[in-house]
Amino acid sequence: MFKKILIANRGEIACRIINTAKKMNIQTVAVYSDADRFAEHVRLADESVYLGPSLAKESYLKKDLIIKACKDTGCEAVHPGYGFLSENADFADELDKSGIVFIGPSKTAIASMGDKIESKKIAKSAEVNTIPGYIGVIEDKEKAIKIADQIGYPVMIKASAGGGGKGMRVAFSKNEVADGFERATSEAINSFGDKRVFIEKFIINPRHIEIQVLADTFGNIVYLGERECSIQRRNQKVVEEAPSPFLDKKTRESMGEQAIKLSKSVSYSSAGTVEFIVDKDKNFFFLEMNTRLQVEHPVTELVTGIDLVEQMIRIAFGEKLNFTQKDVVLIGSAIESRIYAENPYKGFLPSIGRLTKYSPPEERKHDDNSITRNDTGVREGDEVSMFYDPMLAKLCTWGETREIAINRMESSLDQFSIEGIDHNIPFLSAIIGSQRFKLGNLTTAFIDEEYPEGFKGQSPNENEEWVLSALFLVFHLSQISKDFHAEEGFSSEWEVQMQDKSKANLLNTFSYQIKRSSNKNNEFYIKPKPLKKINGIIEDYIKVTVETNYLTKIITSNINLFKDGIIKFPSKIDYKIKYINPSIELNYRGMTLNAFVIPKHVSSLSKYMKPIKLIDKSNLLICPMPGKLIKIMVNEQDSVEEGQSLCVVEAMKMENTLVAQKQGQIKAIKFNEGDTLSVDQVIMEFEFNK
Amino acid sequence: MFVVHRIRDFGMDGKTIPGDGVITGSGKINGRLIYVYAQDFTVFGGSLSAPHAAKIVKIMTLAIQNRAPIIGLNDSGGARIQEGVESLGGYADVFLQNALASGVVPQISMIMGPCAGGAVYSPAMTDFTFMVKGTSYMFVTGPDVVKTVTSEEVTAEELGGAETHTTISSVADGSFNNDIEALIELRRFLTFLPSSNENIAPIRKNEDPKTRIAPALDTLIPENPNLPYDMKELILTVADQNEFFELQENYAKNILIGFIRLDGQSIGVVANQPMILAGCLDIDSSRKAARFVRFCDAFDIPILTLVDVPGFMPGTAQEYGGIIKHGAKLLFAYAEATTPKVTLITRKAYGGAYDVMSSKHLRGDANYAWPTAEIAVMGAKGAVEILYRNELNDPEKIQKRTTDYEERFANPFIAAERGFLDDVIIPNNSRYRLIQAFSKLKNKIQINPKKKFGNIPL
Repeated sequence: MFKKILIANRGEIACRIINTAKKMNIQTVAVYSDADRFAEHVRLADESVYLGPSLAKESYLKKDLIIKACKDTGCEAVHPGYGFLSENADFADELDKSGIVFIGPSKTAIASMGDKIESKKIAKSAEVNTIPGYIGVIEDKEKAIKIADQIGYPVMIKASAGGGGKGMRVAFSKNEVADGFERATSEAINSFGDKRVFIEKFIINPRHIEIQVLADTFGNIVYLGERECSIQRRNQKVVEEAPSPFLDKKTRESMGEQAIKLSKSVSYSSAGTVEFIVDKDKNFFFLEMNTRLQVEHPVTELVTGIDLVEQMIRIAFGEKLNFTQKDVVLIGSAIESRIYAENPYKGFLPSIGRLTKYSPPEERKHDDNSITRNDTGVREGDEVSMFYDPMLAKLCTWGETREIAINRMESSLDQFSIEGIDHNIPFLSAIIGSQRFKLGNLTTAFIDEEYPEGFKGQSPNENEEWVLSALFLVFHLSQISKDFHAEEGFSSEWEVQMQDKSKANLLNTFSYQIKRSSNKNNEFYIKPKPLKKINGIIEDYIKVTVETNYLTKIITSNINLFKDGIIKFPSKIDYKIKYINPSIELNYRGMTLNAFVIPKHVSSLSKYMKPIKLIDKSNLLICPMPGKLIKIMVNEQDSVEEGQSLCVVEAMKMENTLVAQKQGQIKAIKFNEGDTLSVDQVIMEFEFNK
Repeated sequence: MFVVHRIRDFGMDGKTIPGDGVITGSGKINGRLIYVYAQDFTVFGGSLSAPHAAKIVKIMTLAIQNRAPIIGLNDSGGARIQEGVESLGGYADVFLQNALASGVVPQISMIMGPCAGGAVYSPAMTDFTFMVKGTSYMFVTGPDVVKTVTSEEVTAEELGGAETHTTISSVADGSFNNDIEALIELRRFLTFLPSSNENIAPIRKNEDPKTRIAPALDTLIPENPNLPYDMKELILTVADQNEFFELQENYAKNILIGFIRLDGQSIGVVANQPMILAGCLDIDSSRKAARFVRFCDAFDIPILTLVDVPGFMPGTAQEYGGIIKHGAKLLFAYAEATTPKVTLITRKAYGGAYDVMSSKHLRGDANYAWPTAEIAVMGAKGAVEILYRNELNDPEKIQKRTTDYEERFANPFIAAERGFLDDVIIPNNSRYRLIQAFSKLKNKIQINPKKKFGNIPL
C-alpha cells in the first residue's frame, strides 16, 4: 500500500479522506491557503504544505505547487476530493509524468466524460439511453428550429461546456427556440468562451437519480445502487438519499447495467457516478458522468457498507476489487442533508463570519440501530470565509427503513447547534419534515413548488402552536424562578404572546394556569386556559420539564400533552431558544417564533401600550466613529445585498468594515477614499425597491 | 394615601385629590423588599407639592433604615407652581434623601412620562436612570422655553427623548419599548443588585457548568492586530447562561459596562470594545466606566475588567475637553476600589491606559492575560519611530527594528516576569479561571486609610 498520500482539497472532504487514510495506516499531507492556515484538515493531517493566497486559483488550483508539494514531502499519490482539480485531465496527466499516482480515473476517461457533447456521443454508441436530441454542433437558429421540430417540444438549449445552469434555455415553441438559441450562445461565449450549444428534449419535472460505479484497473466493475438527488436549489443539491424511494428493482438493474456499459466503453477505473434524469414513467436518460468522488457519496456508503475512499485508494494502488456485483446488497435507507452557511429566509444569501457555536449531534449508532454520521471540516471558532463553498457539513442518517432514517434526520437536525452565522438547518428541517418528502414524492422542482415565495419559515399548526407556547412558558418560568426567593407571590396565571415569523409576525395569545413543583425550577405543571378541547389535549395539569445543555445550547423538554397516537408530536423535544430581552425566540423544526411571557395581570395591560414610532435611518450608512475612509468597495447605482461590505473606516489604526443592513441600491456616496469622517456623518444613501 | 395638598392660592382651594399625584409604598420583587414611588401625571401633571415630596421622603427614609432599594417611577411636570417656595423646599428634601441614600441602598429611576425642571434632578442623583421610548422625556427646560430663550426650535423627543439621553447625553442608562417591557426589565436588573451596601447581591442557582470550555475564544483575537473583534462575544461566552445586562449600550461604545453572573454571583464588567475606536479611552468612555466602577465598589459588587486598549485618544477635542481630568476619574475609581477586582488582558494594554484598566499596580486581585496580550508603553511601530528616529529614512532597518520590538514585547511574559500578571491563561478556559479567581475573593477585606472621602476629580 501507499506510504504517504497528499490530499489536494480542503474542508470536509479533505478531512473525510484523511480519516480513511489514517484507518489504512497511510500518512497524509494536507495543503492549505492563507484562509485555511488553522483549518481542521490541516490539523488532522500528519504534514501540511502551504500553497498560497486564499483565492482558489492562487492556491488549491495551482497544479505545479501541488505537484511540488508531493515531491517535497515524498507522496506517492494524490487524492483530489471533489471540485478543484478532481476532474482536470491535465492535472492527472502531469502527475502521471511526475510519477505520482492520481487517485481517480485515467486522464482519457476524465477528458472524454468532461465534454457534454462528447460524453453523449459515447453514451449513445454504448447503447445508454440518452435524451432525444441533436448532438452535433448547431450553426444557426434556422437549424436549431428544424432540430427542435424533429425532437418535439419542449426542448432545452444548452451550452456544451456548461454547468450550473449557465447557458441553459427552455423553449416551448419555434419562436422561443430562435430567441433561446441566441441567448444561450451568447451566454456560452461569455461564461465559458465556447459558443457551442446543443438541443435536447426537455423533460418536465424529472427526478435526478445517479448510479455509483466502482471499477478497478483489471476491468472488474460493479455498481453500488443509486442516489436520488432530486431536491435541488438552482441546480445545487440540498438533500440526497439512497436508495431512491421511486426506483424498482428492474429499473435499478437496467440503470446499473447501462452505467457499467458506459464506464466500460471508456475503460473507467476508480469511483464514478453516472447521472440520469428519470421521468414519471420511470424512463431514464443519461445526463452526464462525474469522474470523481461525489459530495453525496456517504449515503451510498451507509447502505452498502463500502468505504468508497478506501476502494479508490486500493484501486489506484493497483489492487483488484475483492467483491463482485452479487456481493453488493443495499440495506436500509440513508439520507444526507447539506448544512450550508447561508440565510434561508433571504434568498439563501451566503453568510460569512465566526462560528461562535458549532455543535453537531453526536456521531453514533442509536438504540433503534439507526446511525448519525456527520462529515465536517469546521470547528467552533472557525471563520467562514467568502473564498470557498459555503458548505459546513453533511449530516447523514441511516435507518433500517426510510421512515426511521427520516425520523433520525429530524432529531439529528434538532441537535445541531450553530451560532455566529446564518445557516439552513431550519430549511432542512422543514424539507425533511414535509409530508411530500415523507411520501417520497420528489422532483427537481420540489423546492420551487413547495416554497414558491421563498422559504419564510415553517408554520406551526394549531396543535404545534399550543405545544410551542407551552415550551416558551416553561422555559421562561424555569429562568425567572431561579431569581425567586420566596414561595409567595409567584403568579399562577400566565400568558404567552406569541408571534410567528412565517406568518409575518401575527400575534397569538395563549393563557395558562401553572403550579410550581416546590424547590424545582426545571419542572412545572401547566394547564391551558380556557380549556380548549383541541384534538386530544388532556384537560388537566400537564407536567413539563426543561433541561438546558449549556455546551450545545440545546434545550430539552419532556411534555406529556397529548394522548398517544392522536397527534404526532414527540414527548421529548429538543429545541433552541434565545433571549432577546425581554422577549424570547424559539427555533424548532424550521419554525421560528417570538414570544413574550408575562403574568396575566400584566398581559391584560398590553392593550394600553402604544407601538413606538422609530425613525427609519436604514436608508443611510452612518459613520459609527470618527476616522478615515480608507476604502470604498462599491459604486453609486450598485445593487447591494444585506451584509455586503461597503467601505472600510480606519479609526485608531483599526480597520472597521461597514456592511449593508438591507438589500438595496446605492443612491449616493458622499465621500471619497481618504476623506476624514466624524461620528454620525452620512457616508452613503440607499434606495429600496418596494 | 390620604395626603392632600394645602394650597389656597390660584383657585386651588378645595381642589384636592387623595394622594396628591404620587403613590408611595413598599412591596416585594422576587421576594425581596423594595420601596417604590410612582408619580401620576393625571393629577396636576404629576407636579411636586410639599406633601407630594414628603410622601417620597418618607419611603426613602424607610428604605435607608430598612436597607432596601428605592425605585422611582417618574412622571412629573416639575414643581407645583401654585405652591411656590414650599414646592422648591420639597424638592430639596428629596434631593437630600437621594444624597443620603446614595451608596447605602441602590436607587433606580424609571422615567415613564415627561419630566421637566426639578423633576429631573432627583433621577440624576440616583444610581441608574432608565427611560421608556416614545413616551418619556427629561429636560431642565422644555422646548417652549428653549425657543423663547435661545430661539432654537427643537421637539421634545429631540431635546430630551430616550434616544437623546441614551446616545448623546448619557443621562439615561437604557431605554425600553413600552411601560410593560420597562418594568419587566427593571425586575431583571434588580436581580443583579444587592439590597444595600451591607448585603451581597442575590446568588442565582447556577446550572451553567463552571468548567465550560469555549473553543471559539481561542480564535477570537484576529491574526492581524489592526482588525477589530467583538468584545461582547467574550463577555457573553464567559457569563453564566450567556446573560449580560448591558448599561449605556449606545453611549461611548468604545467601552462596555454592565452586569453578568459568574457561578451565580453578580459581577460588574468593564471592557474595552475594539470594534469602536479600537477600544481607546476618551472623555466619554472614562466617565461612563468610572461611575460604574464606583457603583460596584460602593455596593461591593466584584469587578471584572477585560482589557484591549491602545491608549488614550489623542487630539485637541479631547485635550480641550479635559481628557486629563476625565481620564483620571477612571484611574481614581479603580485605584480606590476595594471590591474584588479581576483583570484579563486579551490583546493590547498600552501606556497609561494599561495602568488605568485595573492593573496589578492599582491593587488588581488577580491579573490574567491571554497569550495574545501585549503589554507595552506603546505599539511596536510608534515605539520604533521614537527610539530609532535617526533610522527613519531607512525602511528596511525600521522594519527590522519593529520586528525585533514585537518579538521582545508583543507578548505577556515580560509583564508576567515582573509579577504584573498572575498568570497567562488559555482563552478557551477563561470562564473557569475567572470563576475560580472571584470565588477566592469572596471574603476579601481591604480597607483604605481612614478619611471622610477621597476627592475624585469630578
